[in-house]
Amino acid sequence: MLQPFQLHDPTTVPEASGILRRLGDDARVYAGGTELLLAMKQGLLRYRHLVNIKHIGLDGVAFDEAGGHLHLGATATHRAVERSDVIGRRYPMLATMERHLANVRVRAVGTVGGNLSFAEPHSDLATVLLLYNATATIGGTAGRRTIGIADLLLDAYTTALAVDELLLEIDVPALPAGAGAAYRKFAFFERPSVGVGAVLIPSAGGAGVGEARVAVGCVGPVPRRVADAERVLARVPLRGSAFERAAAEAAEAVRRACDPVDDLYGSAGYKRHLAGVFTERTLSAAREHVLAGGRG
Amino acid sequence: MIQQDRAPDAEDMPVQTVAIEAQVNGRRVRAAVPTHRTLLDFLREDLALTAAKRACDVQVCGACTVLVDGLPVSACTYLAFEINGKAVETCEGLAQHGTLHPIQQAFVDAGALQCGYCTPGMIMITKALLADHPRPSVDEIKEYLHGNICRCTGYKKILDAVLAAAGAE
Repeated sequence: MLQPFQLHDPTTVPEASGILRRLGDDARVYAGGTELLLAMKQGLLRYRHLVNIKHIGLDGVAFDEAGGHLHLGATATHRAVERSDVIGRRYPMLATMERHLANVRVRAVGTVGGNLSFAEPHSDLATVLLLYNATATIGGTAGRRTIGIADLLLDAYTTALAVDELLLEIDVPALPAGAGAAYRKFAFFERPSVGVGAVLIPSAGGAGVGEARVAVGCVGPVPRRVADAERVLARVPLRGSAFERAAAEAAEAVRRACDPVDDLYGSAGYKRHLAGVFTERTLSAAREHVLAGGRG
Repeated sequence: MIQQDRAPDAEDMPVQTVAIEAQVNGRRVRAAVPTHRTLLDFLREDLALTAAKRACDVQVCGACTVLVDGLPVSACTYLAFEINGKAVETCEGLAQHGTLHPIQQAFVDAGALQCGYCTPGMIMITKALLADHPRPSVDEIKEYLHGNICRCTGYKKILDAVLAAAGAE
């Protein structure tokens, strides 16, 4: 049962941060509510004030062609991302992930910013944004600041947002032309329990890996890039068995680094195993995309 | 894993209400709804529209699916005040003058229900599907319906019903 709360409906960012600062821990930002209302209904969280930020105009989805950056407003719904033509063309990994996020009802209501701000560990979005080197712009009474996704997510359900701050926008740089990218997950019901993604950016000549990005999420408190996996893939030829050997090493690095926890979605050992399997699969898929001319 | 953030205050929060005006199944509805009223409670308790069902209560099973401005939502986890200025459709609004909607008729014809508890949600998600994809592929049907759970039928007949409804619309 939801407990009574007072609703606040600011129309500007300063107004919203002012309310948040005044009410402190008694208030929480409310957007789609798909995570927050669940936790409140179950009595896991109690807020006497909800600050509805859906009337501030933070729901834009726009691609800046000149800069090659996608701007995702914090209150853009997953559905808006999933159905955006430009995201489908320029960010197919993001679009595909969104199409498989939770279910069609959650996607119609749940927001990008809500997903990140709630910092539920079983989230596909944060892992994929890590792979794009996305940044988050945050607004508060002291002004705006921009930080990387890894610096936003500090722990399970814990972000770098100060009490008077809210997420305004996610900035997603496009991958270079010719890059390949893939994300795979394993999920029980609607919650992913293992999510692994990989990006391969070909070297100047196109024959080898110029830059590799590997990220693993959902298994531990926060998603993370795996530097050891990325290192073993750099400069490896895209064709031939050297790539498979490097992918197997990368999988081992992910297994070592992924920090899984036991929970209802699987044992730590099982998740560790799956993270390795999915690393090899996503790397294989990303390589296919590179060899086919690129699909980021 | 969620920790209780703070102990619930002994001092209860006064109930705040929001004046809303919405279309529900084509009928204008005005109400003062408490901020914490869910759409499912508003429909079932206040408007006596009981087609949408409470089952999982966590947006997983789809039994409470209704459409808000054409988009499917889980009424169990959607606040009633959010329908202000919007149009809500529930299964009760589908039949016209005693004639079942083609989706309802397709479910009857295919025998796509047993206990019927999930059926209003299945029918509303099908309406959302056909609005987006008038001639859906089996994969598109599964993409929309995988969030709706039926414990009786085994889904084959539901799939048949949706395909038949798509042909009939």
